[in-house]
Amino acid sequence: MDLMTLLQLLDSSVRLATPLLLACLAGLFSERAGIFDIGLEGKMLVAAFVSAGVAYVSGNVWVGLLAGIGASLVLSGIHGLASISFRGNQLISGVAINFLAAGLTVVVAQSWFGEGGRTPQLAGAARFDPITLPGAEAMRDVPVIGPIYYELISGHTILVYVALLLVPLTAWLLFSTRFGLRLRAVGENPAALDTAGVSVVRMRFAAVAICGVLCGIAGAYLSTALQAGFVKDMTAGRGYIALAALIFAKWRPWYALMACMLFGFLQALSLRPDLLETALHFKIQVQLLDALPYILTVVILAGFVGKAIPPRAGGEPYVKER
Amino acid sequence: MDKMPKWADIILIPLISLLLAALLSALVILAIGESPWKALQVMVSGSVMSTYGWGYTLYYTTNFIFTGLAVSVAFHARMFNIGGEGQAMMGGLGVALVCIFIPWPHWSLALIGATLAAAAFGAAWAAVPAFLQANRGSHIVITTIMFNFIAAALLNYLLVNQLKPVGAMDPATGRFPEATHLPSFQDMFSTADNPLFRGAPVNITFFIALIACVAVWALIWKTRLGYQIRAYGFSEAAAKYAGIGPTKIIVLSMMISGGLAGMMAINNVMGEAERLVLNSVEGAGFIGIAVALMGRNHPVGVLLAAVLFGFLYQGGAELGLATSIPRELIVVIQALVIMFTGALDNMVRWPLERIFLSIRRSSANGTPAE
Repeated sequence: MDLMTLLQLLDSSVRLATPLLLACLAGLFSERAGIFDIGLEGKMLVAAFVSAGVAYVSGNVWVGLLAGIGASLVLSGIHGLASISFRGNQLISGVAINFLAAGLTVVVAQSWFGEGGRTPQLAGAARFDPITLPGAEAMRDVPVIGPIYYELISGHTILVYVALLLVPLTAWLLFSTRFGLRLRAVGENPAALDTAGVSVVRMRFAAVAICGVLCGIAGAYLSTALQAGFVKDMTAGRGYIALAALIFAKWRPWYALMACMLFGFLQALSLRPDLLETALHFKIQVQLLDALPYILTVVILAGFVGKAIPPRAGGEPYVKER
Repeated sequence: MDKMPKWADIILIPLISLLLAALLSALVILAIGESPWKALQVMVSGSVMSTYGWGYTLYYTTNFIFTGLAVSVAFHARMFNIGGEGQAMMGGLGVALVCIFIPWPHWSLALIGATLAAAAFGAAWAAVPAFLQANRGSHIVITTIMFNFIAAALLNYLLVNQLKPVGAMDPATGRFPEATHLPSFQDMFSTADNPLFRGAPVNITFFIALIACVAVWALIWKTRLGYQIRAYGFSEAAAKYAGIGPTKIIVLSMMISGGLAGMMAINNVMGEAERLVLNSVEGAGFIGIAVALMGRNHPVGVLLAAVLFGFLYQGGAELGLATSIPRELIVVIQALVIMFTGALDNMVRWPLERIFLSIRRSSANGTPAE
């Protein structure tokens, strides 16, 4: 495999890892605050549809992005209502949200655009365009560094860079601010936080809202940057892979970046099975590559490679007094 | 003291939740510019007004009984088995292997063999997450979700590379031998001058599903294991104190659950398709969650909820054909049912409890103390 092919492979890994990373960080905020969220998939899907639909109608991708975030926030609100206010089962609520999204997007897409549950193709200002970083063209011909900078680092859409910047931002927010301390505390021991006079409900709703915003960006990225338009079920299990990455990363932001890059790389590989075959000199089944994130997660969960311990109060509704 | 009479808990709350879900679904239909009343008429006429419609309704019902029972057995041990989809897929694999590679002399023997294989494959697929939950503390919900995807990948691999007949294009096994054909309702109930259930896929498996309802009822409420499962579900600490081993209960309840989900395959793979295709389960594993929640984890409730969802599924298919409402509307309705009967249960329960308490208090005040 020469440098160019490798760079292309890594480049497509970054593209595919971005929605995973955004969704994974979304789940990180929610689960660190003690709210399990298996509805990442549904929120991404709704955001993907709404942002593509609104971007198509308005012709402006930024309006689409905002609308997508808004739609994702609505589902977050429902999840918060069910799991925080009404102390319902968070897992069941997440399942319901995924189905709600899977059904509603197709029903509404059919009624708005009549194209069998998809939006029309997006073009021009209705999509996020790749950004060429300064100096990329000039450095293109420098050996080794030039192609790496031009092919791999430059030339992504702005959302990719946003996602990458969110990693240090999340780490800083969680581990260096008062808000982050409280957010982590509400996921470990909400009663202690309550005693300190901080509202558990408000903290958890804040976490769920952040989760909604990030899922919204992830969904918008899928339909307006990675692809040009919404198609039925376009998240294709990415929400679950993000959940797997979150466990793989043991609920830590920098590890989340690594886990998502790994899973993105696996996805990129399964798109180019020929590369692997020439590199390894034997055939690897595509299905194995598809299943590898899930298998790895089960292995991690089983505690064979270090133990993944979730936030202690995760999944438990908080009851103030008994 | 109970805050509410029992009938309110098992009938009133699900009914109100269902009404709320129906109301919201009607709003969705209105919002896309269709008439909810007309949609309901299409669904009713397409699913219960002819034996053909019933033939499809009961076919779907059979699937949902199995997956609904699967979820509810696990719920009794306070396990959330979200892996019914994968377990049913593996059940299908078991059925396909048994039907293709064993030369059965008669369908009745094939049915027994296939049922055992389906249950064994489904149970095995549930056993791994159960074991990991019991012994390694990995969360059953996450592992069963992961196992759904792994099952899909495994099935994809086997169908494309191993089981596909030579020269065939689509990833599916060849047709099962004629001897494994299960009698459909059409075969059983039609007479020469009175054809019933013509062409509908409902078959003898429906009765096996009914037997499974009785068996689950007996298991949960009439056996020692059922008692242990319920005790564990109520309180892990108390069950441990009573000498009930958590590992045994988790693994056994999940295996029974997985076995039931796997048994769905004798209906859709052996009874209907008569070959194994890639997406044979079609989400029935997930509908089991809605069915179990709606049916309050009791076989009678599961049966009724499964009929309701069978009606919704067949009606939804008719909607897709006869109106411009896509059949995905059913997924929305299913989501709303799960939301209201599962996650938003307290939204209905708390106000009702308050009403019942105030009624009780006012009647207590009204009659002078003896």
